[in-house]
Parts: sequence; C-alpha cells; structure tokens
Amino acid sequence: MLLEYQSSTRIGSPPEQDERAARRTLRAQIAKLERDLSEAFVTAYPMGGLDAEPTRSCAAPRLLDLGELERVRDDLAARVRSARATISERADRQAANRVQLERMLLEPGRYRFVRISNRDIGEPGCGVWQVRPRLGLIGMLMGWWQVKLSSGCPLATGRGAAAAD
Amino acid sequence: MSFPKGLIAPELAAEFPGLRLHWTELEARVGTSPRDVRRRLRDLSDRVAGAGVVAMRTQPIPHAYRAFYRQVGLDPDAARIPSEEAAVRRLLQGRFGSRDMLQDALLIALVETGVPVWALDARRVEVDSLGIRAATSGERVGSSREGLSLPAGQLVVADASRVHASLFGEPAPDHAPGPGEQRIVLYAVAVEGVPAIHVEEALWVCTDLLEAG
Repeated sequence: MLLEYQSSTRIGSPPEQDERAARRTLRAQIAKLERDLSEAFVTAYPMGGLDAEPTRSCAAPRLLDLGELERVRDDLAARVRSARATISERADRQAANRVQLERMLLEPGRYRFVRISNRDIGEPGCGVWQVRPRLGLIGMLMGWWQVKLSSGCPLATGRGAAAAD
Repeated sequence: MSFPKGLIAPELAAEFPGLRLHWTELEARVGTSPRDVRRRLRDLSDRVAGAGVVAMRTQPIPHAYRAFYRQVGLDPDAARIPSEEAAVRRLLQGRFGSRDMLQDALLIALVETGVPVWALDARRVEVDSLGIRAATSGERVGSSREGLSLPAGQLVVADASRVHASLFGEPAPDHAPGPGEQRIVLYAVAVEGVPAIHVEEALWVCTDLLEAG
C-alpha cells in the first residue's frame, strides 16, 4: 500500500537510468506531438475538420513501458502527418478555387453556370458565387453572363415558416 | 492559501515529477444550490462558445492534461479530459445545468480554472495517506464487494486501505458524499504544466462555495 512502497528493482542502476531517460524523452515527444495535433485540429476546423480517426477502446490509466510509449508516439506522429497532409490538400484546393473565382469574375462567359461557395474558398458564411445569364434566356442567347453572389445562409426556420409568420 | 499535498508513489513521482494531488477537508451541506450559485453557472454558460471549445485544446492547461492522458495510455479524443468534457456537455445541453451544491461547486471550479476537483465522503478517507499509486492485483474501487475490480498497475487515487477512484475517474459511489450536512474531502489532481496557483484556485473556489452554501 501507499505507506509501504518498496520497489523490488534497484533504483538508480545505470540501465534503469538509461531506460527512464528514454521514457522521459518519449513523453516529451508525445507532449509535443499532442500540441502539433491540437494545432492541426484547430487549423483544419474551418476547412471542414479532420477525418475522424477510428476510436480505440479507452484503456485504464497506467505507467507505460518503453515499447508502449513508442507505439503512442508513432501513432501520434502518423496522425499529425495525416492531419498536415489533409490541411495542405484542402489549402491547395481553396487556393485553386480562389484563382478560379478571380477568373470567373474577369471572364464570366467562359465559366457558365459554375458555382463556388464561400466554404470552397475558405471563407465563412453560406454565400455561393455563380455565373448566371443576365436577364435569363435573353442573356443566354446574347452571351450576357455575370457572377452573382447568393444572399447568404438560409433562414433557420425555412422560407415557408418565415412567410407564415 | 495552501492545501496539503497527497502522497505520490515513488515510481510514479520518478516518472512524472509534475504529477500531484492536493486535498482539503471541510464541513459542507449537500443540497439544492442557492440562487447565486445557479446564476454563476448561467454566467459561465454564457462564456462558453463553440469556437472557444474547439480551440480549448491548444490552451496550456487543457494541453497539459491531454498530453498526460496520452502518456498514461488514454486517448483524450475518446475519453475527454474533464474540462473538455464539461465544455462539450455545455454545448450539447445548451447550458451548465444545476445538479446540487456539491456538483455545482466542482463544475464551477473546473470551468473557471481547468483543474478537475472530486469529492469524497470524509468518513471513508484516511487523508494522511491519500494519494496516487498503481493498483495491486485483486483491488477494487470502493469498499463494497461489487466495486469495479482493477487490473494490476492501473493508476488510482487511494489511501493506505482503500481505492477511492481510478485516476481522473469518478469516485466509487459508496465513497462519494451523500445528501445532507457532512465532512467531505476535496481533492484535485494536477500534472506537469499546470501551475500551482490554478490548483489552489480550484480548491479555493470549491471550498468558498461550499462553506458559504
């Protein structure tokens, strides 16, 4: 019990000290990776969040040995790598969408009916940029195209409910 | 105000120099919370918003607990740290609901400081040997025979004769304070990266609320 702690192993022997130092290093690496993963989580959130990792069974808290700490470290490192790849891929996609939106604004006639949402370019809100013909059918026939930005997020209650009020 | 330190098993103290448990004992009445405590919970509810909860894990104290969870084999994305659990519950329920004076005091301390505090029935605790250690084979949580059987090596909050709770877990039902006036033991668990002043503040907030209530 608590008052009778007497370790059977010899504390302070060189191999044990080495192993303890290794465990300390691994714990520091785990703490750093956890910070990196948290920052990646926050960065990815406005981009749609990170892919859900398979939830492992919740083990009881205990002192991990060297091998277990290495597994935790490697698992975290893989998750950080995957998170960064996801962020990078989404950032590239958003940059490409921003470039396409600029082109749409310059030459709407070349991007007929193309839609790009605010989310696609990493902006908040529900607005959607769309190339539409001016004056409907006449604009289509005459080649009058324009980029329109939708008015924003739908009403929480829906159009029908709002009209009924 | 400084609170007594619990015992940390030597092998744990050597591995986790920042791991510590502080406790305090007080007389308290467990019952319905008064109006000002419920108002304080409402005010706290207003301070918790979705964006803040998402970014919470990058703040120093939640980060310290999350890192420690990983270091002892827990996945904080599956078994959330107490402050994140409270914040997510607030988002799902829309507010911090009042339960009773004791639970409300523990929740207020947790939300205000990020440090979790738990309560035990003082009659069940030998405070002089209260601390954190690894469970031995055949031990159970609580005093009853129906208590959860613990695997050897699981980290627990215990005294010289009984295990009160798994580390970061809720105390055994038969060791938790019941309703009415009684002596209770409050304890807070801190890890490396959690400043002492936050631990003291957490226990102080609880003590203040319970003694006033």
